[in-house]
Amino acid sequence: MYDAGKIIVGLVIFLLLITAPVWYNAASGQASYAPHLEIVTDAKACVAPTDYMRTSHMELLNTWRDEVVRHGEREYTAFDGTVYEKSLSNTCMGCHSNKAEFCDRCHDYMAVGRPYCWDCHVEPKGGSQ
Amino acid sequence: MSVDRRKFFKIAGLTALSLASKPAFEVFAEGVDPVDSTATIPPPTTQPTGPLTAHRWAMVIDIHKCMAEHGCTKCIAACHLEHNVPDFGNPKDEVKWIWKESFGHAFQEQENEHLHEEMKHQSVPVFCNHCDNPPCVRVCPTKATWKREDGIVMMDMHRCIGCRYCMAACPYGSRSFNWRDPRPFIKEINPKFPTRTRGVVEKCTFCVERLAQGMPPACVEACTAQAMTFGDLEDANSELRTALRERFSIRRKAALGTNPEIYYLV
Amino acid sequence: MLENALRGDKKYWGWIAFLLGVMFVGLLFYLHQLHYGLGVTGLGRDVTWGFYIAQFTFLVGVAASGVMVVLPYYLHNFKVFGKLTVLGEFLAIASVIMCMLFIFVDMGQPFRIANVFLHPTPHSLMFWDTVVIFGYLILNVIISRVTFSAERKGIAPPSWIKPIILLSIPWAFSIHTVTAFLYSGLAARPFWMTAILAPRFLASAFAAGPALLVLLCLVVRKVARYDVGREPLQKLAVIITYAMAINVFFILMELFTTIYSNIPEHLAHIKFLYLGLEGNTRLVPWMWASSILAVISLVLLINPRTRKNETVLAFACVVTFLSLWIEKGLALVIAGFIPSPLGVVPDYWPTIPEFLISMGVYAVGFLVVTVLYKIAISVRERLAA
Ligand code: HEC
Ligand code: HEC
Ligand code: HEC
Repeated sequence: MYDAGKIIVGLVIFLLLITAPVWYNAASGQASYAPHLEIVTDAKACVAPTDYMRTSHMELLNTWRDEVVRHGEREYTAFDGTVYEKSLSNTCMGCHSNKAEFCDRCHDYMAVGRPYCWDCHVEPKGGSQ
Repeated sequence: MSVDRRKFFKIAGLTALSLASKPAFEVFAEGVDPVDSTATIPPPTTQPTGPLTAHRWAMVIDIHKCMAEHGCTKCIAACHLEHNVPDFGNPKDEVKWIWKESFGHAFQEQENEHLHEEMKHQSVPVFCNHCDNPPCVRVCPTKATWKREDGIVMMDMHRCIGCRYCMAACPYGSRSFNWRDPRPFIKEINPKFPTRTRGVVEKCTFCVERLAQGMPPACVEACTAQAMTFGDLEDANSELRTALRERFSIRRKAALGTNPEIYYLV
Repeated sequence: MLENALRGDKKYWGWIAFLLGVMFVGLLFYLHQLHYGLGVTGLGRDVTWGFYIAQFTFLVGVAASGVMVVLPYYLHNFKVFGKLTVLGEFLAIASVIMCMLFIFVDMGQPFRIANVFLHPTPHSLMFWDTVVIFGYLILNVIISRVTFSAERKGIAPPSWIKPIILLSIPWAFSIHTVTAFLYSGLAARPFWMTAILAPRFLASAFAAGPALLVLLCLVVRKVARYDVGREPLQKLAVIITYAMAINVFFILMELFTTIYSNIPEHLAHIKFLYLGLEGNTRLVPWMWASSILAVISLVLLINPRTRKNETVLAFACVVTFLSLWIEKGLALVIAGFIPSPLGVVPDYWPTIPEFLISMGVYAVGFLVVTVLYKIAISVRERLAA
């Protein structure tokens, strides 16, 4: 090895740099912050089991989108038997009318970026943050 | 309710696991919605609202009834309100689903110097012809526009890449492109229907979203002169077919072989 | 090999810096276009394709014309083009890259471009055009790499490359044919709906592309003191002459059919181009300029005395290139939309952002040509020394 010392110091600095967000979060207490989600509805359940919704609502939305637009199938029978219209603005947002404190809050928290759907689909009054 | 990050990942992991076993489950449960693989599915509780269906949707427009309402634009207003069509106030950026075109422009091959006085100075409503042999569908590189089984030429704004080949191929100028963000130019937003975003093509869809709810197209409903008849071309007893049997009808650029499904009674 | 592109004198770096500058300006305006939408261009509801697609069409021709050196060299064992083939192939590569960029900047939803492959649609010619153009790029990259590195090592290229080279010949014809089909299959646009559009495209391509190649060779001789020799340029000049003559002949045939048959919808576009329509005379001076340049080009090229004089030949090549660029890189696409199928006469002219974005794309192409030519020449100079 030519300059083992320098290389090790360099590596340590590099590691510190790439893990910076972790340290930053730990120091600022962000990691323990969990978002409070405003569901805004009297309904007991979502259109699918909550676990599924939490992880896979985007897939459900994509399926709805293709079924409605491409196949003209607009009705959705939920796991509890309720029939819903497959619609982002008219169904999801009917129950989750506080987009800012539900969808946006979780997306921001998970740092996944806000979906572009709202370029076209109209969000309920009250708007985003 | 609140989730902290750790709990979230735990749940997410479990769900992922259960989802991974989904394909195996589906083999045994054909027709069961894959969304929930454990619950048994009770029968639907509400009745469907009864969408309007047809083998082949088409429209007949009575030019005389329409022209009698000098300069009426109710159909345009209703459609554009329903579908959040913006008004840019300039022809370059213009987006329109239905509009009125002078008879000479709409029916170029029918024009002559000594045309019927009424036709000479008046205009007719024009919009997507929902061709039976649509050139726009033929050229679209992503199947973002296609013909449904009931004949409606549909548009998927989620898939459109904005190449505008369909606009070059349409002989009727029925398609519009969003040259810029339309939202600020929509006077009154109908929250039930999505707006569009820059970079996609749009056009009349025969109000598929209304048909699904059992309602006729917005233009037909708005036309107080009842100049527009919407119906099933394959139903020999429909009002539409009766009108076509009894009156002389013309179609726009039928010679191109597109087989347009909007008929104009003259 | 690439290190050769990093050694150069002041002039070389000045040129590179200039190209990077133009690219940067183009990029800035492209970001503006992404943000605002394609409304920053002069395009509108009636004229939906314009400068970008016209450049695309023109450059597909330049790319295809690489075959004019490849074909004689490999198929007819025409040794004179030995020094030229790789330059022709490199020009083709740069042109294809520009083609792709022009399509990209013309898209309303560029980030969805993968949809073309996710939802392949065989009945759309746009789909096939994408396929053949991608394929052409890959073929040319493989061929030029393999043959050139063999040349560098002083060995014969591996035998498996021969069938690939042979495949690239019909492939070159196909890219421009399919591009012509993009237009000529549209019943809505009588101006384009002509069976000789593909032959016309090929003829104009085989004149414009080699003309550009001759000019590039002359530039290279001057600035890099690398001489491909007199004979290959003279042979190219003959090719240009024939192609240009055929192209002009085809255009006259189009004019005859349209004017004599007198179908208003077909005639209107010709009127718009040469006389103006309802006061819109946008392209009239350009079209007449193109026609006059075409005549000058033919006079200089057909006459052996002028053609054999290299200075005159250079001038003739510039004239030919300009004439064809106006015809195909400007008028052909725009005139298809004017008048509209409803008989309306819209107006279109590229805006400043549209123009600068296009220049940015051209700068990318020139950068690719410069770097590739630099490599080729450096390697050959070392071999010669
Ligand atoms: C370019 C505009 C546009 C964008 C962006 C867009 N949509 Fe849509 N969407 C539409 C239109 C138009 C319809 C058709 C509405 C109809 O026919 O009822 C639609 C319909 C839908 C439907 C079914 C009907 C309804 O009312 O919701 C779903 C679900 C949907 N989109 C989901 C999405 C999702 C999820 C996204 C983001 C990932 C998205 N869309 C982005 C324009 C858009
Ligand atoms: C009938 C009203 C209703 C509709 C319609 C509805 N939801 Fe829900 N949603 C709920 C309720 C109630 C919960 C909370 C369930 C629970 O606490 O177990 C929930 C939970 C969720 C969650 C999980 C939130 C968390 O706590 O992590 C997501 C994500 C979600 N919904 C998204 C959607 C989407 C996307 C749609 C449209 C496809 C939709 N919802 C439609 C009522 C609804
Ligand atoms: C519990 C947290 C949570 C809530 C609440 C939530 N989302 Fe999400 N959403 C996510 C995560 C995480 C992703 C990213 C998944 C990925 O990238 O794979 C996501 C992704 C999406 C996507 C796909 C984005 C893309 O670019 O493909 C859409 C669409 C979406 N969410 C819509 C919604 C809507 C609408 C709501 C409110 C009704 C909502 N989400 C509420 C966590 C949430």
